Amino acid sequence: MSDETFDHTRLGTRRQQLVSRTIIYGILLAFAAIYLLPLIVVFLTSFRSIEDIYGGSLIAFPKSFDLSAWGKVWSTGCVGGNCQGISPYFINSVQLVIPATIISTAIGAINGYALTKWRFRGSEFVFAFILFGVFIPGQLMLLPWAWVLGKLGLANTTAGLVMVHVVLGLGFVTLFCRNYYMNIPDELIKAARIDGAGFWTIFRRIVLPLSPPILVVVVIWQFTHIWNEFLFATTFTSGYNKPITPALLAMTAPQTDLKEYNVESAAVIIAALPTLLIYFFAGRYFMRGLTAGSLKG
Amino acid sequence: MASIDRTQVERSRASAPDTAATRPKPTLSDRIQSYMPQIVMAPSVLAALIFTYGFVLWTLYLSFTDSTLFPNYELTGLKSHAKLWANIRWQIAYTNFFVFGFFYVIITTIVGLALAIFMDQRIRAESFFRSILLYPMAISFVVTGVVWRWLLNPQTGVERLVQDLGWLSFQFDWIVQKDMAIYTVVFAGVWQASGFVMVLFLAGLRSVDANLVKAAQIDGAPLWMIYWRIIIPSIQPIVIAVLIILVQTALKTFELVQALTSGGPGIATTVPAIFVFDVMYARGQLGQGAAGAIMMLAMLLVFLVPYFIYLRVRRARGGG
Repeated sequence: MSDETFDHTRLGTRRQQLVSRTIIYGILLAFAAIYLLPLIVVFLTSFRSIEDIYGGSLIAFPKSFDLSAWGKVWSTGCVGGNCQGISPYFINSVQLVIPATIISTAIGAINGYALTKWRFRGSEFVFAFILFGVFIPGQLMLLPWAWVLGKLGLANTTAGLVMVHVVLGLGFVTLFCRNYYMNIPDELIKAARIDGAGFWTIFRRIVLPLSPPILVVVVIWQFTHIWNEFLFATTFTSGYNKPITPALLAMTAPQTDLKEYNVESAAVIIAALPTLLIYFFAGRYFMRGLTAGSLKG
Repeated sequence: MASIDRTQVERSRASAPDTAATRPKPTLSDRIQSYMPQIVMAPSVLAALIFTYGFVLWTLYLSFTDSTLFPNYELTGLKSHAKLWANIRWQIAYTNFFVFGFFYVIITTIVGLALAIFMDQRIRAESFFRSILLYPMAISFVVTGVVWRWLLNPQTGVERLVQDLGWLSFQFDWIVQKDMAIYTVVFAGVWQASGFVMVLFLAGLRSVDANLVKAAQIDGAPLWMIYWRIIIPSIQPIVIAVLIILVQTALKTFELVQALTSGGPGIATTVPAIFVFDVMYARGQLGQGAAGAIMMLAMLLVFLVPYFIYLRVRRARGGG
């Protein structure tokens, strides 16, 4: 589109252009360096030995290539007083994020479909009613949730956190799917209804096959948020039941004895890796869907 | 052929009153079918009713009691609210919210907008820059906080590096300075969010009406003027949406501070989210914690209500 707008690059004389180009690239490169710094530092630090690290700053190249941190972090590193590595928490997070993401995505698709293609009296109100939840700070819901999870026997369980995240995600998943389904022409649905197709048949045969772009957005959004979520995870689980995000904070907490920056760096990478991989492989589908839908309506 | 058609029409006409009289009453399954959208939405509405509105009301009620370790339903008026406002930790927390919130929102918006404008100048390797600027969005606040804690720490981070390089008097120790530590939280917050904001703005910049820009260009307006007077005003809805997203992120900021400074040095970087959590769980002051949580909601509404009014007005005017 910017091809038809105007060519910024042809404004001014050649010399002015050269100067402004240099400045622009210089600034962008500087920002890129600042953005990459933490990633590079943890990556390099995870391959340094403790003796090497305590010789100076963390911002340095490894003097020798040391893999011991990677073995230790997975199975013997300490999180609080528990020294079985980061693996139990990683597994908890996997067991949390997969069911929670699948359930919320399914709910989002069905809600969005019902709210756009089967409008009923008050359906706009229903949407606003559900959406408002996304703004509420978690602190207002901590205590009541603790009480509910206790009553349901789900305190300190992954299943309890799945329930919390499915409910917390309702607003966003409904918003994303609703905004996307609004763009599916109603005529498609009308034609199918005249042919006698019902609610679920139309959903399966017409709406679902058109949904992959938005389902990718919802899956990435929910996966990232649930994997990274801290407040509810740390409040409702303890010990070996913690997901990885609160476990990482416990592992890297400031302490009086020697901090193993290499092991902690490896833990940081493990905690960040699943969402980073998703971002690098599917990020562009996410941004495409998000910028198309979420800021409208 | 024509006659057959006519008889068929007549026959069907004749039988029409018949079928109306004998049309079967809608069966239960038909009725369920016709209410399917409502049935499908019911669980979500119920969940929102209980787990959002019900919980908020419950917390509101609790804030009018002086519950300590366990909920106590005897109303004591504004006692817990009074205790809250007399609490020095709360005073620090909400002051920090305004300081952090102000700088975080403004700087993130400016950096995001500036980066978007630079990226809009037909940059080579645009997707390369975009990937780098945006990846912090994929990682958790805990990861961001932990790594920047190391990098901003004078013993392990930038200060140590520069000193080792030979500039021995170099100092950069905001993170351990009581008055400056909150700005390291601002920095980490901006680092995490500005790429995301950049992408939102960039999408907006590219959807600006080309004719407006061309007209200004023909009039000889310089590039900065075109941006300032034409392009930025026309993405105003996105700017406002971004401000709202950032304000509510600022208010919910919790683990970023926990990981970066643990609310310290001392309690210098305590924010409302940390205060409420601490008072409820570590100190067993449920009433006061609930009062703090309600204040968080109030601060949020101060920004949200005008935003919703703005959206309504804009829609009423027919703007998208």
